Amino acid sequence: MAEDEKKELTAEEKARLRTGFEQDWRKELRRALPVKERMKIGRRKMPERPADERNRDFREVNLGLTPEMAQEEARRCLDCANPRCVTGCPVSIDIPGFLKLIEAGRFLEAAWKLKETNSLPAICGRVCPQESQCEEVCSLKKAVGISVAIGNLERFAADFERGSGSLEIPPLPPPTGKKVGVIGAGPSGLTVAGDLAKLGHKVTIFEALHESGGVLIYGIPEFRLPKAILKAEVEYLKRLGVEIRTSFVVGLTATIEDLKAEGYQAFFIGSGAGLPNFMKIPGENLVGVYSANEYLTRVNLMRAYDFPAYDTPVFKASTAAVIGGGNVAMDSVRTAKRLGAKRAVIVYRRSSAEMPARIEEIHHAEEEGIEFQLLTTPLRYFGDEYGRLKAMECQKMELGEPDASGRRRPVPIPGSEYTMEVDLVVCAIGQSPNPIIPQTTPGLKVGNVEVDWTTMATSLPGVFAGGDIVRGGATVILAMGDARTAAAQIDKYLRR
Amino acid sequence: MPKILARERLVPNLHLIEVHAPEVAKKCRPGQFVIVMPEERGERIPLSIADWDAARGSVTSIVLVVGTTTRKLAALNPGDEVPVFVGPLGRPSEIAKFGTVVLAAGCFGIGALWPVARELKAAGNRVIALLDAKADYLVYWKDRYLSVCDKVLFSSRDYALGSNGFVPGPLEEILAAEAPVSRVIAVGCTYLMYASSRVTKPLGIKTIVSLNPIMVDGTGMCGACRCTAAGRTKFACVDGPDFDGHEVDWDELFLRRKSYFDDEIQSLCRYEEIELP
Repeated sequence: MAEDEKKELTAEEKARLRTGFEQDWRKELRRALPVKERMKIGRRKMPERPADERNRDFREVNLGLTPEMAQEEARRCLDCANPRCVTGCPVSIDIPGFLKLIEAGRFLEAAWKLKETNSLPAICGRVCPQESQCEEVCSLKKAVGISVAIGNLERFAADFERGSGSLEIPPLPPPTGKKVGVIGAGPSGLTVAGDLAKLGHKVTIFEALHESGGVLIYGIPEFRLPKAILKAEVEYLKRLGVEIRTSFVVGLTATIEDLKAEGYQAFFIGSGAGLPNFMKIPGENLVGVYSANEYLTRVNLMRAYDFPAYDTPVFKASTAAVIGGGNVAMDSVRTAKRLGAKRAVIVYRRSSAEMPARIEEIHHAEEEGIEFQLLTTPLRYFGDEYGRLKAMECQKMELGEPDASGRRRPVPIPGSEYTMEVDLVVCAIGQSPNPIIPQTTPGLKVGNVEVDWTTMATSLPGVFAGGDIVRGGATVILAMGDARTAAAQIDKYLRR
Repeated sequence: MPKILARERLVPNLHLIEVHAPEVAKKCRPGQFVIVMPEERGERIPLSIADWDAARGSVTSIVLVVGTTTRKLAALNPGDEVPVFVGPLGRPSEIAKFGTVVLAAGCFGIGALWPVARELKAAGNRVIALLDAKADYLVYWKDRYLSVCDKVLFSSRDYALGSNGFVPGPLEEILAAEAPVSRVIAVGCTYLMYASSRVTKPLGIKTIVSLNPIMVDGTGMCGACRCTAAGRTKFACVDGPDFDGHEVDWDELFLRRKSYFDDEIQSLCRYEEIELP
């Protein structure tokens, strides 16, 4: 993934950054407050709800920066001539550009600057792993150890725009008369749709579930990404002329071939990482063992937290163990806590340093009373006479040599097995690509849809793909990066 | 939103529901299913497809009323709309010229096996149907089966249809009388499918069952429907719903189907005591 995250900017992108850098008002700002002074300003902490209050409901944890805090935080940005932060962003946002607009108090313009390259900034500001992307390579971090809070500021600008009621749609070019089919209304599909609609193409998104958003609606919980924000983004796309057809499973309701016959000239497959992985250990099919996808879908999409007012149930546990160390694991364990678990435990086979989750999520989880059993792996699950989970056997691990991912490989410690009573297990160890489209589209490789990474084109002409269907299980922003590349190529393909 | 074209009580507790879903109707194959959600706060549940009419743009399912969701479906009327009616999902049943095929159907399975019976006959098979019900007045679509099958037999617990047994006994008799039978297809409650598979296993007759685990998305995303076949975990929604009955871990399926038993009772009590009045 590293090569995706810290990439070389194109000449065009460099020129765009340079133009911004040399604007008079930017020079003025730089003169007004010297770098030395800027380096003295401390990072503004994101205001958040108290841990023992928020771990009982599903309302958002972070409250957002105030305008004053945002301006103060933006002042920390050194406005580097050669901004490294942009190289850390999969969609190459002009980061100094929007930060300086915030510093200047031009918040709406900051949001528009973001939207030049990122159609879902309110979402990315909340869910991107900034600390391993833009904020990791921030020059201020190099200088004083603590980066500019780029993610928090992105969220601020996007929220400000939404709150101001001026989600303006840009002037649209005359319709090209070309029809594009986008499969999946998740992060990549929404991005592709927005980009292509703005270029004058007629876009229809086909979504298998009954609500748009993909992982943003079924996976990421309300306390991290309120549904209202997603709804606003989807509404915005509809105003751009994008049509969304829910409850439509491409491959089954209609194949890509059928849609071609209906006049669709190009396609983007963003159907996501459909199939949850399990560890293939004894007892995994006991009642009470969930995939993270099922657990989160029941709670988020189907509103099981409000059962029986909503009809979909979900198990409420006394002790919940979540297997894994990524964002999905953190979302699951914090959800279990909110649903009333006395103990909610992360069971992760490596140490905290290797956890792929965003640092903020790990901190929030710790504050909310989540236990961490690190360097631990489950061996088997035990059930009662009704097939209901009652305990799990675990084994302690130690770190050995680095593996293919560069992380040190966990090695079992013989004789360290122990049993823990649990009545809920959520398996959050990743997923495989959804098989429906590969199975029903002759010519597409089964398994990961193979693409040319420079164009996101598949083996079929006019069919592009991106996000988890090609990556397996990555992040929202990487899916959006793929989508931007694909949208540009689809436009090229349609105009060839 | 998809509109209800017809909703009819066929026999006590079993309702036919015909939904306007032209795209789904165009693609239906025997053995597939849809996911339906009766209203905005409802649950998504799978229903086997019992018939379709591409010209009319409609898809028909048979609903057994058991819990809140199926009660809500049974209360729908023509003109009502449902927020979700998505499909056709799952892999279609295998249709080929097998020779003599015995269909064991009960409950909603009588509906679900109807398209299979029709297409198997059209493919040149000798098709024998064994329709099971607790009593004679619970059998529906007899005429449909009589119109395509070479023989239609019944098992019931009330002697009225000439037998007083459950599926296994009559099935064994049919398999002996009609030998060689190439294939048995059993669709209905889990117990019917399990019992049929147990009869055919010692005889070595290939037996297909249409599994009915709990599902949420129905497109392979959530894994709620996982079951074990030939010792391996399978997702019924994308790997099935048809499986070889001799390979299925039935104990696991029975237990997993009861996952939410307590919640279902709570939900139903709330529905009948608070929402209905």
